[in-house]
Amino acid sequence: MNDPIISINGLNKTYEGGFQALTRVDLSIQRGEIFALLGPNGAGKTTLISVVCGLVNPTEGQVVIDGFDSVTHYRQARERIGLVPQELTNEAFETVWNTVSFSRGLFGKAPDPAHIEKVLKSLALWDKRDNRLMTLSGGMKRRVLIAKALSHEPRILFLDEPTAGVDVELRRDMWEVVRGLRESGVTIILTTHYIEEAEEMADRIGVINRGEIVLVEEKAALMQKLGRKQLTLHLQTPLNELPTTLQQEALSLTANGYELVYTYDGHQDEEGHGISALLATLAREGITFKDLHTRQSSLEDIFVDLVKERA
Amino acid sequence: MNLHPVRAIYMAEMARTRRTLLQSIVSPVISTSLYFVVFGAAIGSRISEIGGVSYGAFIVPGLIMLMLLTQSVSNASFGIFFPKFSGSIYEILSAPISYLEIVIGYVGAAASKSILLGLIILGTSSFFVPLEIAHPFWMLTFLVLTAVTFSLLGFIIGIWADGFDKLQLVPLLIITPLTFLGGSFYSIDMLPPFWQTVTLANPVVYLVSGFRWSFYGISDVSVAASVAMITLFLVASLGAIAWIFRTGYRLKP
Ligand SMILES: Nc1ncnc2c1ncn2[C@@H]1O[C@H](COP(=O)(O)OP(=O)(O)OP(=O)(O)O)[C@@H](O)[C@H]1O
Ligand SMILES: [Mg+2]
Repeated sequence: MNDPIISINGLNKTYEGGFQALTRVDLSIQRGEIFALLGPNGAGKTTLISVVCGLVNPTEGQVVIDGFDSVTHYRQARERIGLVPQELTNEAFETVWNTVSFSRGLFGKAPDPAHIEKVLKSLALWDKRDNRLMTLSGGMKRRVLIAKALSHEPRILFLDEPTAGVDVELRRDMWEVVRGLRESGVTIILTTHYIEEAEEMADRIGVINRGEIVLVEEKAALMQKLGRKQLTLHLQTPLNELPTTLQQEALSLTANGYELVYTYDGHQDEEGHGISALLATLAREGITFKDLHTRQSSLEDIFVDLVKERA
Repeated sequence: MNLHPVRAIYMAEMARTRRTLLQSIVSPVISTSLYFVVFGAAIGSRISEIGGVSYGAFIVPGLIMLMLLTQSVSNASFGIFFPKFSGSIYEILSAPISYLEIVIGYVGAAASKSILLGLIILGTSSFFVPLEIAHPFWMLTFLVLTAVTFSLLGFIIGIWADGFDKLQLVPLLIITPLTFLGGSFYSIDMLPPFWQTVTLANPVVYLVSGFRWSFYGISDVSVAASVAMITLFLVASLGAIAWIFRTGYRLKP
């Protein structure tokens, strides 16, 4: 699949004070995917989204959205985009219905009460449609922002930390909404600090740190490539030290010699000293075990490693 | 041009007026009525006619101008300042609309409000003094041009202001003094010669004079000068707004 709906080329952003928030960012977002952008606070996630959506002027570089340059053909480019900002911003005195209808008109679409109704229902806001925004809870306000972004049927949806401040149950509901959107063909770019969210939702993951994209990878490939696995064998009888045939870096004894820990990644199997080789050696040495378990490192571990490494 | 966004902004702004009906419409009407009581009835009875017009009637165009200027500036500046302040402007800036459409929506709404207000005050004043309108076409032209021009100015102030204090600053320090000194309540030739000359540097003088001419056929400066001045203002404001949007001044970092 090579049909980018967004291509970002050589993007630089230096803010007025001279702070460089983005450094030579090149990024392609594939049509119909869910792309998760991860990075520590201040990495440049919001800045990147803001440039794409036309809220921040780029210092250098170009963004093409569905074939339309975001500056010279901003109408065509922007009408495809829905943006849910990170900060909660609302016209406090407006009602939910009015503010969502306003967004649709603002994006050049004729009124369509049926669509607004559908959006509000999908976000569990229907009962609140006549409430003023200031009477809503924080999580509801965030859902109103999502409803506004969906009001004009965008092909691309940016979610800048959509689930910050949203309770667990609602977060799951929101994931459902996002999945439903993806099924209907909407491309979704989300930023998040909840790694489980990216792990759960994303097709691809990008990591940005200090304004530079340090990694873009299919989630599955990333997990496999970087995801270290650990096999822990609970031994029948403790060992004082490893026999010489087992002296290798990937092996270590813990828990007073009761546990043998083998750390490996996706490649070692191919090189001939994977798990089967290990088990064969153990059998030859007469080492028996009563239990075993494996653990795969999460995206979170990978992420922390990556950002620490580059810092 | 796509009309949906313009309509959306315009209607949302007008809805805001309805929500704040009291402060948008009722309070200017009350304060104008107070001017009539104080200047027209109490003081005016001691002032002789000016150019054949009773003092009470003489101040009507000036009063309408005073309200028109201050209300246009405050409506338009608040209209754009508030979304900027609350952050909800992200939506306007990310929408597929041109700068012209944004301006037409906001400035159109603000100008509509002050035109409506001007007409209400005109109606109110007819209860206090006998009114005649010699040149209705020019009266409406001045009304509309002034409302639009000063709504544009208000829009600029709303974008420029980065706090509520600045939002009040320009109206308080510039617009109100200029209007009071702009011949709303007196004819320029009531001033000493030196101040007559100084006062000609005040743009509001031309607006009030032209507007009053459309009522009573009397003016302090030539009507052509009034029309030229307001056109100059309009063009300057449009130029400033074009520059603001081109550079993203105070809107896009
Ligand atoms: N308007 C601005 N002017 C100057 N610097 C800015 C501006 N906006 C953001 N920055 C700086 O740019 C950097 C990136 O900010 P950005 O908001 O893009 O980070 P982020 O990745 O979204 O962080 P977070 O996870 O906290 O939301 C930060 O160092 C921030 O201080
Ligand atoms: Mg951010």
